[in-house]
Amino acid sequence: MNKNNLLLYSGILIFGIAAPFLFPAFKVQLSILCVLIVLATTWNIQGGEMGYNSFGNILFYGLGMYLCASVQVGMFFPLAEWTESGGEKTFVHTPAQFFQGMAVGLIVAAVVPTIVAGLIGYSILGLRGHYFAICTLGLGVAAGEISGGIEIIGAGQGFTTPPFPDVGSLESRGEFFYFLSFFVLILTFIAVRGIYTTRFKLILNAIRDNEDKAEAMGIQTMKYKIVGWMISAFFCGLAGGIMGGLVGYIDSTDVAFDGREMGVFMVLMAILGGKGTLWGPIIGATVFHIFKEGFWTFFLGWQYVALGVLIVVIVIYFPEGIMGWLREKYPERFGEVVDEKDRKAQVELK
Amino acid sequence: MDFMVFQYPMISVQACLDGILLGILFALIAYGMALQWGVMNIINIAQGDLVILGGYIAYFMYLYGIHPAWGVIVSPIIMFFVGIAIYKLVINKVVDRDLFISILATFGISILFMQLMNFAFGADVVLANSDYGTTMLFNNNVVLPNSKIFSAFISILFAICLVIYMKKSKLGRAIRATAQNARAAKILGVDTEKVYAATFGINAALCGVAGALISITFTIHPYMGLPYTIRSFMIVIIAGLGNLPGVAMSGMGLGVFEEFADYILGTEFRIGSVFLLLVLILVYRRFKLSRKREYLK
Repeated sequence: MNKNNLLLYSGILIFGIAAPFLFPAFKVQLSILCVLIVLATTWNIQGGEMGYNSFGNILFYGLGMYLCASVQVGMFFPLAEWTESGGEKTFVHTPAQFFQGMAVGLIVAAVVPTIVAGLIGYSILGLRGHYFAICTLGLGVAAGEISGGIEIIGAGQGFTTPPFPDVGSLESRGEFFYFLSFFVLILTFIAVRGIYTTRFKLILNAIRDNEDKAEAMGIQTMKYKIVGWMISAFFCGLAGGIMGGLVGYIDSTDVAFDGREMGVFMVLMAILGGKGTLWGPIIGATVFHIFKEGFWTFFLGWQYVALGVLIVVIVIYFPEGIMGWLREKYPERFGEVVDEKDRKAQVELK
Repeated sequence: MDFMVFQYPMISVQACLDGILLGILFALIAYGMALQWGVMNIINIAQGDLVILGGYIAYFMYLYGIHPAWGVIVSPIIMFFVGIAIYKLVINKVVDRDLFISILATFGISILFMQLMNFAFGADVVLANSDYGTTMLFNNNVVLPNSKIFSAFISILFAICLVIYMKKSKLGRAIRATAQNARAAKILGVDTEKVYAATFGINAALCGVAGALISITFTIHPYMGLPYTIRSFMIVIIAGLGNLPGVAMSGMGLGVFEEFADYILGTEFRIGSVFLLLVLILVYRRFKLSRKREYLK
């Protein structure tokens, strides 16, 4: 790690810690931004690095959301009665119960999706290309439809997550969720950065570039694909658990398994920033979130129209993303040695 | 879980007939998808939304006092031009790109259409009433709305017309040639750009017909598009590209499966079961193919 990097990281860290105090009105938005970055970065592990473009990571996100909330409730109160009472607060968590439940819930929310990804990975990751994309799309929608029919987690009415306990100041809820999501973000970043320096990443890239050749070189591709997907699922579940607590209300198709919104967002953010780079999804998520929150209010009801247009425009005119564009413009900054003559010749050819 | 459907044979007969009539409609949509998949190598996620849009055209005719059955003629004509417009604006830029790009681009179109329809027509579930009455069979134990029979008949008619058109006409020949080898077709003087546009237009027109029929027989809603896409995708991968009898058979099979799932699991799991079936079929296909690959080694 050189000096510049150290400066950059510590700057971001200080900004991250100071942000909720600098912009107290945007705490919820900042926490959502953290969650979005986590989702985009982990989507990138198997979407960008491995070349398996999945619409189905929303499955792990929703699963984590439901699991975290139901564990948090189920540890102390009967779950069925909780969902039946709906919005009425007949059961109140004490602060100790709330945090205990949240901690256990987050662990469950991270571990169970990982196991699920490992179990279904063998059958689903054998699909290639568009079959994989459509299959995961189907998986996400199916999960939403099915969870919308299960009574104990609220079926169609939705599920209220435990309200934040009264611990003194009004600000504490926002701060708690912000620091929780920021912590998960740092965890994700360290993990992903660590992964990207290992041989594991090179194997994932080999799978993306040519799976058959990678197999012929003696790499057990299936094993690595499953592990890659499991890492994705782990952080998706964690992000989902936090998001459930943050939103305070879980609905099967509109919040948890929202393939039309969050499921596309993570793909879009990664593509906008640049697939297959470490910083791409982070930049993409930030730009996307600022754009979304800044302009959403102007569109007033036309957001989805804008979203549809945005997807088409990004995908057609900007498939390399911001990082790809930067890389083309300033290849020296990315450690590529450029022969000036060669470059001029290429420009002339164009 | 409700196994009443097996205790009373008449309910099974009802479910089978309903499913077959429904499946013929699915097969028509799937035929359009197979066409564009084969020719342009594009999977159109907006397929279902084109269907729903076609349905709304028929519904609007119904609102203005014209019999919705005329929608079968009007809506494909409008949808043909909608299809060409989509092709010129978006699809021609993604035709020869990575498949995932085309999936994502059409996903964007799908979201766009969904929301525009939501604005234009409202979020209510609507149907165009055709007043065709019902047919009773087997001592009045099986009730079939005439509109379903009408829709199945029209679908078959359109499918047959299209097959003949593909076989006999010059454009049909060009389309088939492009599907076989786009480059060779180009060398031999086929304007592939035009062929692609026509293919997408024909696909949209087929969706228009199917949508008009769906608005007569079932209900339409702006957000109901995606399940039709998934159904047609599923039918195409079961049958394989360019296998028309297979498309018809698997469409009917899917219709029957759905009706039985509706009876056994309950209506709330109907769409979910379709999506799960897709996952299961893809996984089954993967294991079958992988065995083949290992055998080749």
